[in-house]
Amino acid sequence: MEKFLSVTLDLSKGFGMTLKIFALTLLFALPLGLIISFGSMSKIRPLRWLTRTFVWIIRGTPLMLQLIIIYYGPGLLYNLDVLERFTAVMIAFVINYSCYFSEIFRGGIESVPKGQYEAGQVLGMTKPQIFFKVILLQVIKKIVPPMSNEIITLVKDTSLARIISVYEVIWQAQNYIKLEGLIWPLFYTGAFYLAFSGILTLIFNKLESKMSYFRS
Amino acid sequence: MPILEVNNIRKFFNNNEILKGISFSLEQGEVLSIIGSSGSGKTTLLRCLNFLEFAEEGTISVNGKKIYTGEKNVKINEKDIRTKRLHFGLVFQSFNLFPQYNVLKNITLAPELMKLDTPENIEKKARGLIDRVGLSERINHYPCELSGGQQQRVAIARALAMNPDILCFDEPTSALDPELTGEVLKVIKELKDSGCTMIVVTHEMEFAKNVSDKIIFMSDGIIEETGTPQQIFDNPRSEKTKAFLSKSLEKI
Repeated sequence: MEKFLSVTLDLSKGFGMTLKIFALTLLFALPLGLIISFGSMSKIRPLRWLTRTFVWIIRGTPLMLQLIIIYYGPGLLYNLDVLERFTAVMIAFVINYSCYFSEIFRGGIESVPKGQYEAGQVLGMTKPQIFFKVILLQVIKKIVPPMSNEIITLVKDTSLARIISVYEVIWQAQNYIKLEGLIWPLFYTGAFYLAFSGILTLIFNKLESKMSYFRS
Repeated sequence: MPILEVNNIRKFFNNNEILKGISFSLEQGEVLSIIGSSGSGKTTLLRCLNFLEFAEEGTISVNGKKIYTGEKNVKINEKDIRTKRLHFGLVFQSFNLFPQYNVLKNITLAPELMKLDTPENIEKKARGLIDRVGLSERINHYPCELSGGQQQRVAIARALAMNPDILCFDEPTSALDPELTGEVLKVIKELKDSGCTMIVVTHEMEFAKNVSDKIIFMSDGIIEETGTPQQIFDNPRSEKTKAFLSKSLEKI
């Protein structure tokens, strides 16, 4: 029992790091994703193709590989000092997730009928007014289900940080295998992930039902 | 002086000439119906008037003042166009109400953003308009809770809230079930009786005949024939008008 408590405490610390990666990734990747989605919908063709190629590369290669490249790459290629481990994790996660988010945003924005923009225009609204007062909420309603999917994937993807020895929850659990031959703490980490994604699911359901009063 | 004067409007889409020099004028309080088969350029003409498209040539004057001169490759000034748009209102075929707002808010949103008046006055006016289109009981409903005909009536009230000089309708009943067209046409007819200047693109021949002061028959991007409803419906001169009318009025 005592062991269970001390393992719980230890894993909680590791899960703290998991949550930190999760929260910071969301904080930066959501706005960056919106900017990237504007790039991939731009009327300027070179910008559009550049953005889409970038998104293709990031989505088309494993996050694990991106982590390794960002952490070791600068040192190996240019003899620069290696980045702080946590910084490398954040850069990789933010870039990777903003690309995924950007495609979700693009899907949401493009799904709003042209008539909504035109209705705003003929009523004399400015472009920002149309975007924020008319379009945005319709986009949010459209993207909540795919977003919740992606965000729950992010919870689990944080475990990749351990590849460059950032001490998140799985790393903590593996320590018990190495040092004490205990395997059950590793299984126990599953409970942390489950609980957290359970909470997220509830939040997203709430959000969905909040916006169920209108149909677009 | 005519309230609207359109002179030699020409519009191209990828070198395809959609409007081949359209000219007409409209007096205050007149109702103009534009009829013609699909692809004749009716909707494009309306969209040019509302600056959703920009004519490459021609001029548009409202109340004797030239508000638009078509020129190729001239950068359009957003702000300038926005104020000019307000001379016109547009009611769409597919209503395009804002789904996340209720009836009242759909109508007050734009006037509030434009600060046309105090919020209290804007709301008061909106309530009056909602009453006028017969939807007072639905004032807090959302668009998805309304029938097509009700949605279109809200769209009309929404356009009126901006006090346009000329209200345009782009096939306002084409997306409606036949039993719902009547309520919308009735509202338009009442607007005519209250002196509203309107341009209606329509396939409803009976309505065009009974409500309009003037009819334009368009075909392949030109005005094939124009005149009073009697002239157009009873004594069409052009062969194309005759063919179109006999097809549209054909009873099955």
